[in-house]
Amino acid sequence: MLILAPLRIAASYLWREVLPLPSRAAVLVFVLAILGLPYLVNDPYFLRIAIMTSIFSVFAASWDFLSSYSGQVSFGHALFFGVGAYSSAMLNHHLGWNPWLTLPLGGGVAMISGVMVGYLCQRLRGSYLSLATLSFPLILTGLLFLFPEASGGELGVSGLTPLVRSRVGFYYVVVLAMLVLNFGLWKLGDSKIGLILHAIREDEVAARASGINTVRYKVMAFAVSALVAGLSGGLLAHFIRSVGPSTLEVALSFQAVIWGIFGGVATIYGPILGVFLLYPFTELLSLFGSISEYRLLMFALVVLLVLIFMPEGITPWIRDKLETECRRCKSPNVFTRHECRICQADLR
Amino acid sequence: MFQDILITGLINGGIYALLAVGFSLIFGVARIVNIAHTGFYMLSAYAIYTLLNKAGLSFFYAIPIAVTGVTLFSLVAFKLVIEPIREHESAVLIATIALALVFQEGVLLIFGGHFLGNPTLLEGKMEVLGVTVTYQQSLALAVVSLVLLGTWVLLTRTRLGLAIRATANDVEVANLMGINVNRVTMATMAISVMLAAIAGAVVAPLYVMEPLMWLRPLVIILSIVVLGGLGSIKGSVIGAFIIGYVETLTVFLVPSGSFLKGAVSLGIMVIVLLFRPEGLFGVVFEEER
Repeated sequence: MLILAPLRIAASYLWREVLPLPSRAAVLVFVLAILGLPYLVNDPYFLRIAIMTSIFSVFAASWDFLSSYSGQVSFGHALFFGVGAYSSAMLNHHLGWNPWLTLPLGGGVAMISGVMVGYLCQRLRGSYLSLATLSFPLILTGLLFLFPEASGGELGVSGLTPLVRSRVGFYYVVVLAMLVLNFGLWKLGDSKIGLILHAIREDEVAARASGINTVRYKVMAFAVSALVAGLSGGLLAHFIRSVGPSTLEVALSFQAVIWGIFGGVATIYGPILGVFLLYPFTELLSLFGSISEYRLLMFALVVLLVLIFMPEGITPWIRDKLETECRRCKSPNVFTRHECRICQADLR
Repeated sequence: MFQDILITGLINGGIYALLAVGFSLIFGVARIVNIAHTGFYMLSAYAIYTLLNKAGLSFFYAIPIAVTGVTLFSLVAFKLVIEPIREHESAVLIATIALALVFQEGVLLIFGGHFLGNPTLLEGKMEVLGVTVTYQQSLALAVVSLVLLGTWVLLTRTRLGLAIRATANDVEVANLMGINVNRVTMATMAISVMLAAIAGAVVAPLYVMEPLMWLRPLVIILSIVVLGGLGSIKGSVIGAFIIGYVETLTVFLVPSGSFLKGAVSLGIMVIVLLFRPEGLFGVVFEEER
């Protein structure tokens, strides 16, 4: 009986808290589907797309944590991705260290870079901060080209050791990392720290007046976000087994912004959905020979069209359609219910 | 060498000034960070290429047609894409990024990814105070300085300029004073894109064109407007010349400087921001609540 007790708690949690809400049920279905994917489709190309999508979803979620929770909209998020990828790759290639060691070290270096950027930017706000962050990856690119022996210059570093030899094995490593990191970010955003970051974004003076050390929290948001983005960069480097200046490009920074806002900001799950919709979409388009030339164009047009109809992003739009918030206790309910499932207040 | 630095810096600075002033104007009036701004500059350069080589027009017809065409096109794009989502700031931001991508891919599909060049407008060179300048370069400098002067006159000496400055200062109060804010925003958009299109026309005979030519100037003008102070016209012009000269000096004086020219100018911007977070000529805004 003792062994069954946690199971029973889990089942009752599932029954009472997860299944009654479509959004939580959707997350459950998503987790099960992504864990079972290799059993359904065992096509290496398909798995490759799934791995890349998972890696970029971590990147987009980390952008969301920094930009929409703390209000420091980053236009240079590729910096942390690139720092994580490059430092992990260079430690592995030049020193021959095990990728299981270099990956977290790369994340750590990215975190240090995040603290540095956050510290430099603490006095900037709004658009100044966005435009200033845009420059950091470009400065680093210039420095990398200055030392071609270490960084490989234009070609980058290649011939890295993969984390796991088999593709399915790598898939599970990436997917587990993705679930842990994304869920961790979401939990952190939902915690007291997330609340404080929301307060800082809405009114920094008031937050400081309430006794919050705003600088510390803003730099911490940079550090956490950079750590996660750096880990995703390291994962990518060890997956495609090479790293080049494209990990620091403006295009990648903008890509994070597009994924995040398209999915819906300040939610963590929004950018993840954004990546899971947009990345496979553009990749699958390239399968068809004649359309592949148009794929970036179609990507941009789809983003524009969706935005005109759902300017807040795709997840808030769906969530508002499926769920109504109880006016008395603020807990979410399915749109079909007429009274709140927690406090029985009238929902109509 | 010294002459080269002087002339190249002046031309680069002038072109950056045209772009940065336009970017500053639309940011000041509508609070739009227009990532597609240099996209219009690219479109104008390509439009001139088409009119010259496909339609067989001369430069004197091609440039006005291209500039007006791009300006009208930008107004259509603004009406269709930006205006419906104006109240959602983040949506506007990625709408402009998506627009820039559409331009880039459109140009790539129509013209291909290879480098294209225009014939020079004027052949020959002259000597001013011992410095050799080609006619093409002096024409570019003349156009840039005339247009900048014209913009300054427009902003400070006309009723429209007054309306633009008032709206940039405070939208709500400007509205209460009887200024039609929507019309002013449209007019500012037109002026801003027209400046970008003129910069494209100046560049068309000087540089080679490719579908990614919008990206580098974009990064540079973003750093210029931050350096000079967001929304400040004077700051944009001065910042443009600072960055123009810094870039040129890096290319000419530092070994393998062409890799570093972006890094050095961006580094200067970061250093300035550390000491003056509101830029050189920016105003310290009361926090908007």
